[in-house]
Amino acid sequence: MSMPFYVSPEQLMKDRADYARKGIARGRSVVVLQYDDGIAFATENASRALHKVSEIYDRIAFAAVGKYNEFENLRVAGVRYADLRGYSYDRVDVTARGLANAYAQTLGTVFTTESKPLEVELVVAEVGHVPDGDQIYRLAYDGSVTDEHGWVVMGGQADRLDSVVSAGWSPGMTLPAVLGLAVAALGTPADEGGTQREIPAAQLEVAVLDRTRPRRTFRRLSGPLLEDLLQA
Amino acid sequence: MTHPDPTASGRLPYAFTTPGSSSFVDFLASHAPTLLPGNRPVPVGDVQAPHGTTIVALAFDGGIVMAGDRRATMGSMIASREIEKVFPADEYSAVGIAGTAGLAVELVRLFQLELEHYEKIEGSLLSLDGKANRLATMIRGNLGLAMQGLAVVPLFGGFDLDRRTGRIFSYDVTGGRYEEHDHHAVGSGSVFARGSLKKLWRPGLDAAEAVRVAVEALVDAADDDSATGGPDSTRRIWPVVATVTEAGYLRVSQDELAGVAAASEERRRVTHTDRGGAR
Repeated sequence: MSMPFYVSPEQLMKDRADYARKGIARGRSVVVLQYDDGIAFATENASRALHKVSEIYDRIAFAAVGKYNEFENLRVAGVRYADLRGYSYDRVDVTARGLANAYAQTLGTVFTTESKPLEVELVVAEVGHVPDGDQIYRLAYDGSVTDEHGWVVMGGQADRLDSVVSAGWSPGMTLPAVLGLAVAALGTPADEGGTQREIPAAQLEVAVLDRTRPRRTFRRLSGPLLEDLLQA
Repeated sequence: MTHPDPTASGRLPYAFTTPGSSSFVDFLASHAPTLLPGNRPVPVGDVQAPHGTTIVALAFDGGIVMAGDRRATMGSMIASREIEKVFPADEYSAVGIAGTAGLAVELVRLFQLELEHYEKIEGSLLSLDGKANRLATMIRGNLGLAMQGLAVVPLFGGFDLDRRTGRIFSYDVTGGRYEEHDHHAVGSGSVFARGSLKKLWRPGLDAAEAVRVAVEALVDAADDDSATGGPDSTRRIWPVVATVTEAGYLRVSQDELAGVAAASEERRRVTHTDRGGAR
């Protein structure tokens, strides 16, 4: 057996991080925004079946960018985690914080111990009974967690889109207003001086956690309903 | 390069990230088998536990009605006057359970979760037949307890979104699944309820008439079966009655049931002349 070359831990972690970041940057962005009655998720996605935004539990949703097979696996794990917890204790005992911690440990462990990091970035959001109770956690490929307020943009060109959203977002916006902002941000040209794209409703995947709904608050918005909201 | 003990690192155990199954029951069986009702040691000898009684279901134009009385008994004692035995299984189906109350409620909880879990993971609803078969599998898992007298006998019904019609399924303790036509009843008062349903049910009922027929059947069951509770106007406890239609599961309101129960009582009162008591 030949001796492997020595690679410093710094270099090893940097290589892995670069690799994960490159994979994530290839995908389209997801925008998550708080509004007066809940939390909205929007992304450009032509598929009606392969979702990037999904329901985890009564008040918890999941949004992801990166490699589909990897985040799909994490999504299913999240549903299992939440349902098991809700079954063992009670439905109100399932929290986004607990799920975010489980995801963070998983992402962190894979990042440091397995040969390839997961090329995903996640948002775990929980809608509260009042806007102050909303929680949005952003999880990076290496397991780092940030507690976000107001909005999150992740995926390719996250920085450019983030500046658009941060300029337009304010607390207490309505659903049509945040969706308009989200679609405008998603249509932002990739380069300075490019033209703004108009994304038709059929190309959008939009979902909300609506705090006014009883029990299961997650709802997908599509078809005529979404068109009406975008025109409002 | 994998960690020798995945749980030691704090990551989600591999059972969570193993792809393939959309069933919560299968997941529990592999990850936490002690949480499954069928995997517990079977008690020896007689177990005294509250029993839930009569459930009726009938089809009407555009859906089904399911209704259950509110009594649970333990031997000759009334264990509960306001137990609920009819539940939404998911948006388009209802399940009512007669038998050992504790096991029944646990089974319903697991069944509801099984359907929701599938829906979340697959992104689509199970077919009505698929739901009925899942319930049969879960009943079968309870066979050991059923042999000890702790049987759970459900009645399942829902709106079939493919066939655009309401359908009813009954079960036996071994997990046998039988599709019922028009109407059915389970539990100790079911003999009397079935007789009542036979006379009162007719094709082409609307939802309000079907609710009335369901309540009448429960009143008839309560009349002759001591384990079935009738409408209790003193405490204002009415049966749990729900309709399942294209619009989904809808529980009939307390006010409507109070009206239906009062009308039923009035109708019965006028047919009885005074037979006297102590004079």
